[in-house]
Amino acid sequence: MNSLAKLLEAALFASPRPIPTDELAALDAEASPAALQSALDELREHYDVDGHGVELVDVGGGWQVLTRPEYTEAIERAQLAVRPTRLSPAALETLAIVAYRQPIGRAEISEIRGVDVGAVIRSLHERGLIDVVGRAEGLGRPLLYGTTPAFLEQFALRHLEELPRVDELAIALRKAGDPGVPVAEPQPA
Amino acid sequence: MDLVTAPATARDPATASPADGTFVVDLDGFNGPLDLLLALIRDEQVDIYDIPVARICGQFLSRMHELRLNEAAEYLEMAARLIRIKAQMLLPRKDGLDQWEDPRAELVRRLLEYQQMREVVDVLEKLGEDRRNRFGRSYLAQAAAPPPAPLALSLSDLLVAVDRVLRASRKPSIHEVIPRALDVDGAMETVRAVLQLRAHARWRDVVRAGAEPWEVLSGLLALLELAKRSELHLTQPRPFADVEIRRELAGEAA
Repeated sequence: MNSLAKLLEAALFASPRPIPTDELAALDAEASPAALQSALDELREHYDVDGHGVELVDVGGGWQVLTRPEYTEAIERAQLAVRPTRLSPAALETLAIVAYRQPIGRAEISEIRGVDVGAVIRSLHERGLIDVVGRAEGLGRPLLYGTTPAFLEQFALRHLEELPRVDELAIALRKAGDPGVPVAEPQPA
Repeated sequence: MDLVTAPATARDPATASPADGTFVVDLDGFNGPLDLLLALIRDEQVDIYDIPVARICGQFLSRMHELRLNEAAEYLEMAARLIRIKAQMLLPRKDGLDQWEDPRAELVRRLLEYQQMREVVDVLEKLGEDRRNRFGRSYLAQAAAPPPAPLALSLSDLLVAVDRVLRASRKPSIHEVIPRALDVDGAMETVRAVLQLRAHARWRDVVRAGAEPWEVLSGLLALLELAKRSELHLTQPRPFADVEIRRELAGEAA
């Protein structure tokens, strides 16, 4: 590895959070963006080709060194680290709606899910996955919610555009009023 | 589209029970009435754009009963909605078929929207699970702020600091607090002096502008004391106005 790749490795090791490319650039003022990118590629290849227990992942708008999934069970069994708790289906549904419709208010989320979402919103807010991004016009000026960088990180997304576009979802292909389109196909679990 | 007729409701709800293996009923398995409704539609293999409302409505109610969801307001609301749509479907249509508005349209829209969201949930679930199975250097979702850098100190730095402290403490600066007692008697003399020259005076004539707090207080107490002794008369035309001081005629006579 060249010295820039080693420097990046050290910085990524020292940081507890993903580091965006522009912050990595601050490590070496002399390095061009191209040199930075090739150093990142070299580091990633180094982990992949030489067979390391960790890998370089582009996640949540930045680069992060993460352990490979195959070692998770063993690490957790030895109680060296604990996986974060899974989100409940209700929380995931709410998060999905916020991710696609942000900024969105509580009433609108409730309307789509068909249930009250006050408690779920509170817990998502406490977990730092959504945040208040403004207030709607109109009666009571309700709070509007949006997703946070922690949301991207938790789902290993680089940016929101990495989520499937609405027209890529199977259901969107069916237009309302299309007669005789069977929908009752088995859901992929 | 055909009207859905009553016999469909007579369908045995047991056909949708867990016994037929379509899915396992789990009390917490449903995330609301739309979820339950979608599950029924899937189970029954019916077209979401042409829902046999009467049949689905009957099953919804029996499933609600099975799951003891009777008291959940959201399920009750959906049940009421279904019954209303069922009733609307039974009404005879007017001749102009083109203008017939499908009472199920809004429900279908909401179901599709919900289903779309469920697809996103599947995507998120998979992404989240993938990420969950990798540990970062700090696997906590919320990273703490980096701790302050450790201090870099040498012995000489420490000695210099000690010297500085000792040097400063050699000259203790003792602050003396001077009691400023009120001088009511002095202020009374001032007021008397003013009133000897003039029959009328104002607050400003007695207490100079920019006076110390103790002077102001002394002046006020002196005025009140003199008023009590009937040596002068105090009036204030309105709140916060300048106080007018008048020589008391009786006091003058005395």
